[in-house]
Amino acid sequence: MSHEMTDPETLAANAREKLESIRSREAPLTTRDRRAIERQEMPSQAPEVRRSNMCEVALGLTPEQAQIEAMRCIQCKNQPCVEGCPVRIDIPGFIKQIAEGNFQGAIDIIKQNSLLPAVCGRVCPQEEQCQAVCTVGKMAKDVDKAVSIGRLERFAADWEREQGTFEVPEVKPATGKKVAVIGSGPASITVAADVRREGHQVTVFEAFHRPGGVMIYGIPEFRLPKSIVDLEIQTLTKMGVEIKTDFVVGRTRKLTDLMKKDGYDAVFVGTGAGLPKFMNVEGENLVGVFSANEYLTRSNLMKAYEKELADTPIYPSRKVAVLGGGNVAMDSARTALRLGAQEVHIIYRRTMNEMPARVEEVHHAQEEGVVFDLLQNPVRILGDDHGCVKAIEVQRFELGEPDASGRRSPVPIPGSEFMMEVDTVIVAIGNESNPLIRQTTDGLTVNKRGNIIVDDNCKTSIDGVYAGGDIVLGAATVILAMGEGRRAAAAINEMLASKA
Amino acid sequence: MPLILEKKQLSADVFRLRVQAPLIAEERKAGQFIILQVNDGFGERIPLTIADADPAEGSITLIFQRVGKTTRLLSELNEGDNIAHLVGPLGKPTHVEKVGHVVVVGGGIGVAPSYPIAQAMKQAGNKLTVIMGARNKDLIIMEDEMRAIADDLIICTDDGSVGRKALVTEPLKELCESAEKPDLVIAIGPPIMMKFCAKTTEPYAVHTLVSLNTIMVDGTGMCGGCRVNVGGEVRFVCVDGPEFDGHKVDFDNMMSRLKSYKEQEHSKSCKLDAAIKAKEAEMAQ
Ligand SMILES: Cc1cc2nc3c(=O)[nH]c(=O)nc-3n(C[C@H](O)[C@H](O)[C@H](O)COP(=O)(O)OP(=O)(O)OC[C@H]3O[C@@H](n4cnc5c(N)ncnc54)[C@H](O)[C@@H]3O)c2cc1C
Ligand code: FES
Repeated sequence: MSHEMTDPETLAANAREKLESIRSREAPLTTRDRRAIERQEMPSQAPEVRRSNMCEVALGLTPEQAQIEAMRCIQCKNQPCVEGCPVRIDIPGFIKQIAEGNFQGAIDIIKQNSLLPAVCGRVCPQEEQCQAVCTVGKMAKDVDKAVSIGRLERFAADWEREQGTFEVPEVKPATGKKVAVIGSGPASITVAADVRREGHQVTVFEAFHRPGGVMIYGIPEFRLPKSIVDLEIQTLTKMGVEIKTDFVVGRTRKLTDLMKKDGYDAVFVGTGAGLPKFMNVEGENLVGVFSANEYLTRSNLMKAYEKELADTPIYPSRKVAVLGGGNVAMDSARTALRLGAQEVHIIYRRTMNEMPARVEEVHHAQEEGVVFDLLQNPVRILGDDHGCVKAIEVQRFELGEPDASGRRSPVPIPGSEFMMEVDTVIVAIGNESNPLIRQTTDGLTVNKRGNIIVDDNCKTSIDGVYAGGDIVLGAATVILAMGEGRRAAAAINEMLASKA
Repeated sequence: MPLILEKKQLSADVFRLRVQAPLIAEERKAGQFIILQVNDGFGERIPLTIADADPAEGSITLIFQRVGKTTRLLSELNEGDNIAHLVGPLGKPTHVEKVGHVVVVGGGIGVAPSYPIAQAMKQAGNKLTVIMGARNKDLIIMEDEMRAIADDLIICTDDGSVGRKALVTEPLKELCESAEKPDLVIAIGPPIMMKFCAKTTEPYAVHTLVSLNTIMVDGTGMCGGCRVNVGGEVRFVCVDGPEFDGHKVDFDNMMSRLKSYKEQEHSKSCKLDAAIKAKEAEMAQ
């Protein structure tokens, strides 16, 4: 895709013209007219510019573009998109408001179900959720032609923020009950807000010095500006939620002591996945091999990308191999580029089709020059005399015969191993659940992968203790974490009300 | 923000801080550490062992050596100043039990973290021998504190300016060969010292614990930056440690990992030096 297609000025001008022409017509738009409207491209920074800065890549639809995009929705009767949304936002409802130019109306509808629209509009895997089932896309037999629900959600949320009209949600009179929320990722933010609204006192305990969870330390600035996450945290504070950073539950205080000694009536555990997996290949402890978590935390949270200012160093890389094919791998690869690496390879065992990363991120990575080495898998990492990475040995794979489910899984090609010279290896093959809470909390039941087991109300094996997000689901998504937070908060509120 | 209650310079580059941290003081056990950040915006997170704690006062004691930029900034703080962030207690506490004769070896600044462990071992009813090592007399810290709890205290210096002119491994070896062969050795100090302490005790099959001080970021098991190879397995120092079986630790790998950022840190420190000099010159005018 050439940059003309995403150049903000051109796109804005085209949209203005288009909107004028639609407005000047007499007859209302028919379904056919709507289907004829082209999908609005996202204005973006040019690849060659953005690959050396940390600023957001996608700049957001203009109001005219948003209106036109919203007009592409045919307001079909069966609304499959609502089913496709993990938190069941009234998608046709808010899109209709945007089409009519009532942006406030749109954001009000979204907020009935979602607490973090500015975040989800940016990071949700929409092409697998709402947009995957969109009727407009189905009719065009192309999911890329679905209505850009995510971009419209982001537009409405950004519009509200820019207006500065945002009101702090009302909080009911104090109930005298106390709730502890562990972690400050999307699951915890949602619980804190929903429980606080009922008038309960809420304290959020966060291990890091800055709240926000993966949205702060994992997902990079160029995809999710930190100011957006900070604003969500500020809203919590304004609602009267107390946030205690530098507090590791299980170490600074045991979970059960929060209830026994400190008088919390309920606890929500939203501690995330946060235990990096390694590949268990030779050479994985060499200098220059990082977990994606470490690499991204150094850059995002510790601001190592501000090389002159930050005290936290980041490894100076020239040629980088990133292992994995998810969002975390894309983020690591694109961060490495921005930190000055000359060549970045993604090494992934399967093909493009199986990559779990959001399609948009893969496109962006390709545009920025990340090299995709598909159907390849690392065998070992080799070091020099100083114990630093000097190369990686990789084996090629091919797709085998389809199995019972019709899936062709990759099989190694014997003797296809080859060496690639690299100085940095970033392991981005996923996270397991952090064991700290389960190791320090007697009676908390977990499954064999270490995820906390909960019932339909997100309640754990301990009375008064609830859990949700990645610590329950395994590494998942922001929207699922938020959805679980909603459910847990409702259960906590009900439990506290019944205890009256 | 934790308040500095007291600051004392113990030797040319070693400082002791008493810091307000009531919850940590209440919960901490021997062998645990904290992670701190001197300033909010661009500060680095560094681990420091808790050398002592006073739950009644709600304070903990930290002892550190000025080696890099962050410890230098920390050394420039004074009583009444605040440390931007301090989190803990982290790591697994030392397993304290009565085993008989415990030898605690502390090298250089490593004497500080070994003190609470020595104290706990003594309280558990063990016979306690302490071996302290340093380059010279001026670098010996906490001698009085150690003397007060040890049944035997052996001091070694590289130049013989106090105690024996020897490396700590010498008396350690003698003890291993003596009638009072240790039942447990705990060695804390520079990696190279721990490596050789472990090598010394290995032929005598004396169980030897070392307390590792790797690079850390979060301290909760999230980043893996602190990983070490122990007995062929990857372990995270911040959650699985900091203490490990010294006979199983791959010290060479750990030492090369510790050096990962040396050049960068150095160049930054030089810049800082220049900035401080410039500031001083400015003030002098
Ligand atoms: C690099 C990266 C990119 C991603 N990209 C996307 C994306 O594009 N789209 C998407 O939907 N999802 C994405 N995800 C996944 C998504 O971020 C997570 O699913 C989501 O953040 C999980 O939310 P959570 O509330 O469960 O916990 P988290 O966001 O993981 O937050 C948990 C918090 O708890 C804190 N904590 C942990 N233990 C303790 C303790 N003992 N005491 C106190 N605090 C503690 C942690 O420090 C952390 O701040 C990505 C993840 C990563 C790592
Ligand atoms: S310091 Fe990050 S895992 Fe140990």
